[in-house]
Amino acid sequence: MAGRCILKCVQPKNIIPQIYIRCASTAGLSGFEIQHKTPTIKKVMPIPKAHYGGRHTVTLLPGAGIGPELMSYVKEIFRYAGVPVDFEEIHIDPNSDTNDDLDYAITSIRRNGVALKGNIETRSKDVGVISRNVALRNELDLYVNALHCVSYPGVTNSRQKNIDLVIIRQNTEGEYAMLEHESVPGVVESMKVITRSNSERLARYAFEYARRHGRKKVTTIHKANIMKLSDGLFLETSRKVAKEYPEIALSDMIIDNTCMQLVSNPHQFDVMLTTNLYGSIVSNVVCGLLGGAGLLAGKNYGDHYTVFEPATRNTGASIAGKNIANPIAMLNAAVDMLRHLGHKSHAALIQNAINKTVNAGIITKDLGGASTSRDVIDNILKCIKQAQN
Amino acid sequence: MALLARNICRVFNQAPLKSSARSIHVGATRFAETDVEPDQKLKCTLIPGDGVGPELVVSVQNVFKAANVPVEFEPYFLSEVNPTLSAPLEQVSNSIARNKVCLKGILATPDHSHTGELQTLNMKLRKELDLYSNVVHVKSLPGIKSRHQNVDCVIIREQTEGEYSALEHESVPGVVECLKIVTAKKSQRIAKFAFDYAVKNGRKKVTCVHKANIMKLGDGLFLRSCSEIAKLYPRIQFETMIVDNCTMQMVSNPHQFDVMVTPNLYGNIVDNLASGLVGGAGVVAGASYSPECVVFEPGARHTYSEAVGKNVANPTAMILCSVKLLNHLNLRRHAEQIRDALNRVLNDGKHLTKDLGGQTSTTEFTHAVINNLR
Repeated sequence: MAGRCILKCVQPKNIIPQIYIRCASTAGLSGFEIQHKTPTIKKVMPIPKAHYGGRHTVTLLPGAGIGPELMSYVKEIFRYAGVPVDFEEIHIDPNSDTNDDLDYAITSIRRNGVALKGNIETRSKDVGVISRNVALRNELDLYVNALHCVSYPGVTNSRQKNIDLVIIRQNTEGEYAMLEHESVPGVVESMKVITRSNSERLARYAFEYARRHGRKKVTTIHKANIMKLSDGLFLETSRKVAKEYPEIALSDMIIDNTCMQLVSNPHQFDVMLTTNLYGSIVSNVVCGLLGGAGLLAGKNYGDHYTVFEPATRNTGASIAGKNIANPIAMLNAAVDMLRHLGHKSHAALIQNAINKTVNAGIITKDLGGASTSRDVIDNILKCIKQAQN
Repeated sequence: MALLARNICRVFNQAPLKSSARSIHVGATRFAETDVEPDQKLKCTLIPGDGVGPELVVSVQNVFKAANVPVEFEPYFLSEVNPTLSAPLEQVSNSIARNKVCLKGILATPDHSHTGELQTLNMKLRKELDLYSNVVHVKSLPGIKSRHQNVDCVIIREQTEGEYSALEHESVPGVVECLKIVTAKKSQRIAKFAFDYAVKNGRKKVTCVHKANIMKLGDGLFLRSCSEIAKLYPRIQFETMIVDNCTMQMVSNPHQFDVMVTPNLYGNIVDNLASGLVGGAGVVAGASYSPECVVFEPGARHTYSEAVGKNVANPTAMILCSVKLLNHLNLRRHAEQIRDALNRVLNDGKHLTKDLGGQTSTTEFTHAVINNLR
C-alpha cells in the first residue's frame, strides 16, 4: 500500500516545468493529456473566483483556541476600515470523527480561491482522521509556505534587531507525507518523500520571489550529508534552477548549522529555501527571535488557491478568552490577504495602523508589553480613523 | 501547410497566456509602503436614463442631500432615443470603470434600428464593462397591497449572451435567423455567481430555469453547467425548472422560490413577472455586476415615458437601488436610515403614488421620505 503511494509520487519520468503545464492547461492540451502526462500535479477545473462588483468573498476558518477571538478582531477592523471583503465562515468541529466539515471547508476554498485561517485542532485519535491542517494543504496542493520575517522596532523582548529574511518552505511532502507503518512489531518506518517536480516548482518560486523583490541570495537548507538521496535531490534541483537566475547567488547550509547561525547571526540570510520539516523548525526559531508566536503571518500558495494564516501554527488554547492573545499575527495575515486580492489602499491603511501601534509600544504581554488584546485593537482602530480623516 | 499555419497561430495565441500564467503570487515587502491617501468623498456615476428616469434621480439626490450621505454623483446623460444629447458611451463606461459604482435609470430601446445596428446601447454598455450578471431581489414591501404577501426571491440573470447576441440575418428573403449563443464558460460563471450569492446571503435553494427539453443543446449546456457548479455547494439545494412551468408556479405559488438562475431572455421575462407580483415596476430594485463594478438600476425595465413631466412616477425602486448602493459602499448607517424612512412612508399609507393606489406626486412622496429620516 505504502509502496504504491510512493510509486505514485515518483512515477513521472519527463518532468515538465510547472509553468509550462499551467499555460498548457489553459490552451492546447486536453484534460485527458494533462492527466496522463503530469500525474503528480493535481488537476483543477478552472472556476472563476468569487469576485463580484469589486467585492471578494473569502473563506474564513477560525479554527480552535484563540482563533475565533482573533477572527472577530479581523472582522471588526475590516468593517471599520470599509474593506470590500465578505467572509464565508466555516466552523470545523474538533471532536468530530468524520471529515465532513473539513471537506466542506476545502470545497469552499476551491470556489472562493482565498482563505484566512487560524489553526484547526484535530482531537480525534482515530487513524482515519488525519491532521486537518495537513489535509487542507495537501488537498489544495498548497506547495509553498512563504514567511517574511521582519523585526518590529517597538517589540522590546526580541533577541535580534533588524532581521529581514524570507523563509520559503515546501508544504506538502517530505516528512509530512504521512506514510508510516510498523513493518515488524517494534519497528516503525516513516517515509520521507522528496520529488523532483515539487522541489523544482518550489525552487522556482523562491528564485522568482528573490528576483521580484530584489533579493540577492537564496540559501538551501538541507541535510544532504546524511540523507544523500532525498535531501540530495532537493539540493541538486535547487542548484539546477539557480542556473536560470544568474543574478541571484545560491548557497546551501545544513539544518543544524542553520539553527546555530540563525541564533548567533541571522543577518547573513536573505531567502531561505527549505524542505517541509526543516522549514517548520527554522520558522519557529526565527519567530522566537523576533518576539514569539503572535507577530508574524505566513502565506500558503498553490497554483490556484491561497491560504493565509499566522506563521507559527499554534492554537493557543491555554490563553483563549482571557483577552491577552496577541492579535498582530492574524491581522498581518489579513493584510497579506488584502494585498493578494489587490485592495492595496486598504492593506496599506491597516498595515500602517498596525505598525504604528506596535512601534508605539502598545503590545500584549507576550511581546513584553502590558496591554490587553482589546487595547491593541482599539489603538489600531484609532490609527485607522486618524489616517482616514 | 494549413496545419503549420494553425500551429503558428496557436503559438502566438499562447504567448499572452504564458506571460500571465508566469505571474506567481508574491506579497509585497512590509515596510515599503508609504501613506496612502484615502478617498474622501465616494464618487458614483449617475445615468438618469430615459422616460421618468431624470425625475426619479432628482428624488434620490434630494434624499441623499437630506440624509447627508457622503456620495458625490458624476452625472452623464446617456440615451439611445435621444442620440444628440447623449454622452459618448466610452466616456460613460470609463467613468463607471473608474468609480466602480453607478446608479442608472432605464434606457429606452426602440424596436427598430435606423442605422442597421443590431446592438442596443444597453447591450453595448454591458459588453463594454462585462456586466454579466443581473440580480433582481423581488421582495414584498410593507403596506403595498399585491396579489401575494411575503414574496422573497432573487432572480439572477445572465445578460451578455443567449438570445441577446444581436446576431440576426435574413438568409433567404422572408426567412430570418436569430442566433442564441450559450457558452460553457459564461454559464458556469453565472451559476457560480448565483451559488455564491446564495451562500453569502444565507439562502437555501437555487433553481435553474431553462428550456432544455426543446433546446437540448443550447439550454442543455446551461443546465449542465449549473449542475456541475452545484456540486461545489453541497449545502445548498439545487433544483431545475422549465421556464413555462416556472412562470406558472411564480404566479400561483411564488413562495417556493429562493434564488433563481436563468439565461438572458427567460430572466428578463421572470424579472418582469415577479415584479408584477409585488407591486409593479416602480418598487423593485436590481443591480448588474461585473467582477470589478456594479450598476444599480430598477429591476423591471420600464421607462414609463407616458408619465414624463406629470410628476406621478414612483421613486421607490430608485430609492431602494440607492440603499443597495450605500450598502455596497459600506455606508450601512445611511442605508438603514433611508430604508427605514421609506418603510415608514409605505407603512403609513398616506403618501402613496398612483401606481400603488394613492394620489401623491413624486415630489410629495420624496418629501415624505425626507421627513421620515431619523
